[in-house]
Amino acid sequence: MADFNDLKQKLEQELSAVSDNESLSSFWQAYLGKTGAVSALMKEMKNIPADEKKEYGKQVNELRAHAQQLYDEKKCEIDALELQKRYEAEDIDVTIPSDVQTGNLHPITLIRQEMIDVFAGMGFEVLNTPEIEDDDTNFTLLNVLKDHPARDMQDTFYVSDNYVLRTHTTGGDIHVMKEKKPPIKALNPGRTFRSDSDATHSPMFSQMDILVVDKGINLCDLQGMLDEFVQQIFNKDVKTRLRPSYFPFTEPSVEVDVSCFNCGGKGCPLCKGTGWIEILGGGILNKVVLENCGIDPEEYSALAAGIGIERIAMLKYGIRNMGQLFENDLEFLKQFRA
Amino acid sequence: MKVLYSWLKEYVDIDIPAQELADKFFGAGFEVEELDYLGEGISKVVVGVVTAMEAYEGTHLQICTMDCGEYGKDIIILTGADNVFVGAHVPAALVGAILPGGFKIKERKMVEKMSYGMLCSGEELGIAGWYPGDEVNGILILPEDTKAGDDIVKVLGLDDYIFDISITANRPDCQCILGLAREVAAFLKKPLKEPCFDYTVTEVTNDQIKVYDEAYDLCPRFLGHYIYDVKHFEAPIWMRQRLNSCGMKSIDAIVDITNYVLLEIGQPMHAYDLATLKGSTVFPRRAKDGEKITTLDEKERELTSENLVICDAEEPIGLAGIMGGLDSEITEKTTDIVLEAAKFMRDNVRRSCRMLGVHTDAAGRFEKGVDEYSVECGMKRCLNLVESLGVAKISSTSFDCSGGASREEREIEVKMSRVNAVLGIDVPKDEMVSILESLNFKVSVNGDDMKIRIPRYREDVAHYQDIAEEIIREYGYDHIVPRFIESAKVTNGGLNKAQKRELDLKNLLCHRGMFEISSMAMYSPADLDMLRIPEDSEDRRFVQILNPITENLSIVRTILAPSMLNVLVNNIKLGHEAGRFFELAPVYRPKSLPVTEYVNEPLHLCLGIFGKGEDFYSMKAMIEAVADFYDLEFEYKKEEISYLHPGRSAAIYAGGKKIGHLGQLRYEIVNELPIAEGKKGDLKVFMAEIDYALLSECFKDGIHFTQLSDKAAASRDISLVVDKKTAVGDMIASVKGISKLAKEVSLFDIYESEKLGADKKSVTLSVKFATDDHDVTDEEADQARDKIIRKLSEQIGAVARV
Repeated sequence: MADFNDLKQKLEQELSAVSDNESLSSFWQAYLGKTGAVSALMKEMKNIPADEKKEYGKQVNELRAHAQQLYDEKKCEIDALELQKRYEAEDIDVTIPSDVQTGNLHPITLIRQEMIDVFAGMGFEVLNTPEIEDDDTNFTLLNVLKDHPARDMQDTFYVSDNYVLRTHTTGGDIHVMKEKKPPIKALNPGRTFRSDSDATHSPMFSQMDILVVDKGINLCDLQGMLDEFVQQIFNKDVKTRLRPSYFPFTEPSVEVDVSCFNCGGKGCPLCKGTGWIEILGGGILNKVVLENCGIDPEEYSALAAGIGIERIAMLKYGIRNMGQLFENDLEFLKQFRA
Repeated sequence: MKVLYSWLKEYVDIDIPAQELADKFFGAGFEVEELDYLGEGISKVVVGVVTAMEAYEGTHLQICTMDCGEYGKDIIILTGADNVFVGAHVPAALVGAILPGGFKIKERKMVEKMSYGMLCSGEELGIAGWYPGDEVNGILILPEDTKAGDDIVKVLGLDDYIFDISITANRPDCQCILGLAREVAAFLKKPLKEPCFDYTVTEVTNDQIKVYDEAYDLCPRFLGHYIYDVKHFEAPIWMRQRLNSCGMKSIDAIVDITNYVLLEIGQPMHAYDLATLKGSTVFPRRAKDGEKITTLDEKERELTSENLVICDAEEPIGLAGIMGGLDSEITEKTTDIVLEAAKFMRDNVRRSCRMLGVHTDAAGRFEKGVDEYSVECGMKRCLNLVESLGVAKISSTSFDCSGGASREEREIEVKMSRVNAVLGIDVPKDEMVSILESLNFKVSVNGDDMKIRIPRYREDVAHYQDIAEEIIREYGYDHIVPRFIESAKVTNGGLNKAQKRELDLKNLLCHRGMFEISSMAMYSPADLDMLRIPEDSEDRRFVQILNPITENLSIVRTILAPSMLNVLVNNIKLGHEAGRFFELAPVYRPKSLPVTEYVNEPLHLCLGIFGKGEDFYSMKAMIEAVADFYDLEFEYKKEEISYLHPGRSAAIYAGGKKIGHLGQLRYEIVNELPIAEGKKGDLKVFMAEIDYALLSECFKDGIHFTQLSDKAAASRDISLVVDKKTAVGDMIASVKGISKLAKEVSLFDIYESEKLGADKKSVTLSVKFATDDHDVTDEEADQARDKIIRKLSEQIGAVARV
């Protein structure tokens, strides 16, 4: 009976010295390849007596299986080692800054969109109406008659006898009511212009007019809608307060204050100690305006409110100078992301 | 509008503190902008009586022994004033006293003597202008009936508040003390004590005087009253103090009375010196075109028939409701006066003021609106004061010229249910009536119907909504129950598709590293000059603002680039090393000039980039991102753009239409930018502007899904040596034209070397060959590649590089 122990010991010894794929490959050639030592033993089979063939074959196969197993284990070991080496070689400094840039929306767009989202959820569509507006739409049809003192409330930029840079987005309501039939729920956001310039006024600013025309619209609807709005924009604990005011296109007209979201109404510098912050004006649309747009006030009533978008942005983000919103300083712009 | 607390109290029995009253005003729709205590900052200043006086030898000082009642009978106070005498009652600021401005009084040594306080002038007490002897130099001498030790704040009537109230444009009737007193009476539910309107006339008449009205359309009511035997003296202290507190100068009794009536009743009054009225005549008429008048401010003004003038028998003597003429002014010698109270139409006064560039208190009052009721009250109150102060005698010669407007109160019918429908709550019937009555409306109720008679001074009240407002502002807005637009139908809301696309585009650019800006829609023609916009360009057809606040914001923009450039410059000035900005905003393109119809307001997209490492292609990548985002293909062609580098700019085409351009800002413009010279050297600014409205016409109408192809494609890289000037874009377009199989063509790389030659470059294109009807074989792909090489060699002399 052939004794393969020598060979077995020899190959075991040789394999233990193998440490890379190259010598592993040599090992394969020397023992397991076609011309290798183990294969040679198989070739010897023809010289083995018939009665010993079976046992011989078994022994060779066992040796072959053993060698193969040792080889596979070694292969695994070396692969792992090689991978490890590669990883070490490819080590990098993960703290080097990447050259990725993202920008962001302007705060006016952000707030405007936030406001639109609140009202969109209530079923308001969003309209784009002209910024260079005719005198009738900006004033007369809104019950702001020529040479009426109410025209002093808004310092107007004129571009011709009959056209102005719109002083408010409320004129947009006229377009909507002339074009659509009730029920109407419409938002008119956009640029507005007044010849006024200081820390809280800019010759260009933006407003959003809110208009609801339907049967039986009343002041309670207005306040309920605005409560929902301020709670979504500021926080769920704030509420609104109505107080009498005057706009020629609404009657009753109200100024709307929101309870101070900064101090909860106790009084702080933001609300000048009053617990309330003025945020918008509105009211029940004057029936004269409905009639001017061909809507029958006997059948329908409407509520309207106008919000200064910059004012909300300034309040919400704590911006003190309105001018900053139009300076577009990168350091300023960069802050409006969340 | 300034209102004295004590003056209001004369008409209403107010039993609440000033601050509480301010809150009530606020609740009723009258915003109190300021509430000031007149005695603010004065403490421990009392009435002192000089009991002995001794000159301090070698100085200009007097040593006074003062009786200050409970504060001490022999307080020594030194003074430098020379109008003090023994027995004089004067304000004495004692040790520890505080004067306006926070000035503290301490005992102090004057030369060698101690002074235990200070005697005060009117100026030092902040009252100059209305109290006798309140000139700066002298000590204020008080009346003898003042009591030693009394608080000077009370003695001088400074224990009072002044409210500065903003009156909304619909309430001209509240532009006076009486009007606000009516409101106070209503919200405090107290009776109103009207001022006294009584007077007696003498039997003296003057038949020479003629008062009439030739322009009832502009002056619907014109009252004249003759007074004579006019005396000139200072008005009493109480009147002077009130005028002064409300910001009016005291002149003499008769003038002060007219001003007092303006404040109290809200009626501007005018007094004409009869001696100066030619023909003893006074009447309003339209001016003649080209007629001239010299007004009180000594300016000669040329008039038109749109101006209303007051005339005597010969010529205009005043601009009605605005300003008197120089000649008819009251002087110290005036003995006979024609008093005028009138209603001039507010729109006409407004127009005249604008046209002539004048503004006066009276005009301001007329512009807001004077009602005929006030005209009557004003005249009566004026005569009452003239008589009671003994200023003049009141003749029975008087005139009342009326355009015939009804003097009856208007009546409207309003349903209670209609009022409640506006408010959304149920105001109790009795409450409604009681509120209206407290505001002097006369109400008769029949079931749901109210017949309401409106006070003559409430010209603003027209229909049920006005009544609803009157009721809720008195009933209280806290009665409104917020309901979440319960009354309205459910509707569909949100942005429409176009609006969503705009927002998506903004977000895309943000994700690509751009910051959105918001710039002014106005700029100056100089901004267009800066960009060399040609004279005949459409971009020069701008809408001009007729009344700009500054030349810098005098036109409405036709392109966004100047605004963007300003933002870039600002950021460079602020020291930022780099920046990428965009704006999506309308520009304004007039159809007619001057504007007689709505202006086109197409949206433009403008981009601006500066900073290290940025080049033409950083900008182009943004534009390509936009194209890709909308699944469009843009073409780029070199075209002259006035403000862009001729070699580094291109016009952008989409669907065959030019939609905009991009490129590097010309160096000569960079040189002109208002930034530090040191920053200009390497500065490269890249800009792009796209007509978004035009671009949006190319948008696809939705997503069109096509089944994925199961046919194999094959790719080939083709390297070609071409002239350096050859446009890669043209090569790509050619490749697509040459082979129908060339589905996608992209640039792999561009290589230049000395070996190729200075005027050559090697361009490698990756071409993907595919078709829907069969697998593309290697053979087919090779043939297609060869064809491309052959054709390009013919067309542009390209040589395949191996």
